[in-house]
Amino acid sequence: MSAQPLVLGIETSCDETGVGIVRGTELLANVIASSMDEHARFGGVVPEIAARAHLEALEATLLAAVERAGIALTDLDAVAVTSGPGLSGALMVGVGAAKALALALGKPLYAVNHLVGHVGADILHAPGADDRGELELPTIALLVSGGHTSLLLVRSLTDDVELLGETIDDAAGEAFDKVARLLGLPYPGGPQIDRAAVDGDPTAVRFPRGLTLPKDLVAHRYDFSFSGLKTAVARHVERLRDAGQPVPVADVAASFREAVADVLTAKAIAACVDLGVPRLLLGGGVVANARVRTLAAERAAAAGVSLRIPPLSLCTDNGAMIAAIAAQRIMAGHGPSDLGVGADSTLPVTVVQA
Amino acid sequence: MLLAIDTSAGTAVAIVADDGRVIAERSSADTRRHAEVIGPLLSEVLAAAEVDDARLTHVVAGIGPGPFTGLRVGIAAARAVAIARGIPLLAVPSHEAVALRLTEGGVAAGRFAVITDARRREVAVTVFAAQLPLPAEVESAHLVARAAFAPAEGVTPFEAQEIPAAALAHAALARLATGVAFPEAQPLYLRAPDVTLSTPKRVS
Ligand SMILES: Nc1ncnc2c1ncn2[C@@H]1O[C@H](COP(=O)(O)OP(=O)(O)O)[C@@H](O)[C@H]1O
Ligand SMILES: [Mg+2]
Repeated sequence: MSAQPLVLGIETSCDETGVGIVRGTELLANVIASSMDEHARFGGVVPEIAARAHLEALEATLLAAVERAGIALTDLDAVAVTSGPGLSGALMVGVGAAKALALALGKPLYAVNHLVGHVGADILHAPGADDRGELELPTIALLVSGGHTSLLLVRSLTDDVELLGETIDDAAGEAFDKVARLLGLPYPGGPQIDRAAVDGDPTAVRFPRGLTLPKDLVAHRYDFSFSGLKTAVARHVERLRDAGQPVPVADVAASFREAVADVLTAKAIAACVDLGVPRLLLGGGVVANARVRTLAAERAAAAGVSLRIPPLSLCTDNGAMIAAIAAQRIMAGHGPSDLGVGADSTLPVTVVQA
Repeated sequence: MLLAIDTSAGTAVAIVADDGRVIAERSSADTRRHAEVIGPLLSEVLAAAEVDDARLTHVVAGIGPGPFTGLRVGIAAARAVAIARGIPLLAVPSHEAVALRLTEGGVAAGRFAVITDARRREVAVTVFAAQLPLPAEVESAHLVARAAFAPAEGVTPFEAQEIPAAALAHAALARLATGVAFPEAQPLYLRAPDVTLSTPKRVS
């Protein structure tokens, strides 16, 4: 196998069908099809709709990625796929396709962890383009999307990732989507709230910050909770409506966004400080949030923590990050996954390769 | 040489020569672990085909009906093989494989129904007329409550627990030979996706 392995990665853990192709850390293609619009009227990802959409989108996405990369499938050194965590019916479409692709091409299969993939997205750079600077390890990683809110300590991308904490109820993106619905804003709610919040006063309503009381910090120092926040917003809105008063959407959106950004960044920076790791990496779709980005930058600077945020096209779910992790595993000398590997909806983050 | 894959019941894969000879066939009756077992099973039949001189010319996908999660695994795999090898994908309704076997074996005659479990106390039913080289579909696949299922006058029901992949390839060969068109390579879901439209509830 070449020193810089050519790897194709397939990602189908949620509502994005992603196929990416990398050569080592060089990004050759990153094609994504999303079924987001089909979920819009339900206010959240419907697993069966997502799984059906993956099967429909897979072929075109794969062919587009191969064309974009300007390679032939037979040139590949390996096929990679997300094994989990994620929606099991959705994951299985990718696993079935990846196994067959690998076997029909006579290439090894690498089934890897989706969350570690989000961290791996950071090492990718465009061919010829300047490197974004090496990802230094160890680093703390905060991954926030519609399905995940996880704080990780990453010592090695290939075999040493530790889960510091995660949400005990809703994911942050899910909270954005649910609160948007309460405010009568369309799905996906994150961008809508972000936009509405621009004209609002973030101090208008003091919404609760989940798991930040001293007693909660004992057992849940790095865990998150957003369902109480969502309920608080719902109560606030109901009270106004019951009183026949208009709901100040901008103020509520700004105050809610502030609460989420505050907790996310406070806990992430606390982990950096507590553990003496002056590096923070962000990943997941919620990283698009303007307030999360500014607050993270401010607090990181104040704490002497260097902040890394991959380009947004690599922050949301994609196949390139999956290929990137597999390439790292290959370069570190790890062998392929067993052909009997399955989709594991709760794959722990400590398992980089299943 | 054809590779056939069906995951509408268990997982079944086979490699069949153009003359119908079965080169390799493997299956697992497990109705929950399609994503796992498809790897080893495919690997074994492809290895067996390797010793044969011929090259794969077609991939055949069983398109169900069957429980969705498993069904998709086989169709996704079949599509991937077709792309990897640059060969056409042929879709065959899974019940047709069973119908062909029953007809060839002289078990079915006249009109008969192939039935498979569709979960949720329903069965999937396709009615065929026994004829060779290919049984004719009289009524396309549809769902019926198991308790309410009663075959029409003169229609003999046969309930199948598995779909033989070699028979799926034989059905594809029969279609090719007789010029019967293939359906689109889309799953026969027969059911709309399960969604519960939630409306925001009051919290106080
Ligand atoms: N600007 C934003 N602010 C907050 N949340 C956002 C923003 N943009 C997108 N999101 C949220 O990110 C989520 C989608 O991200 P993604 O990485 O695709 O996650 P998943 O596929 O797990 O749902 C949605 O919940 C969406 O509301
Ligand atoms: Mg998504």
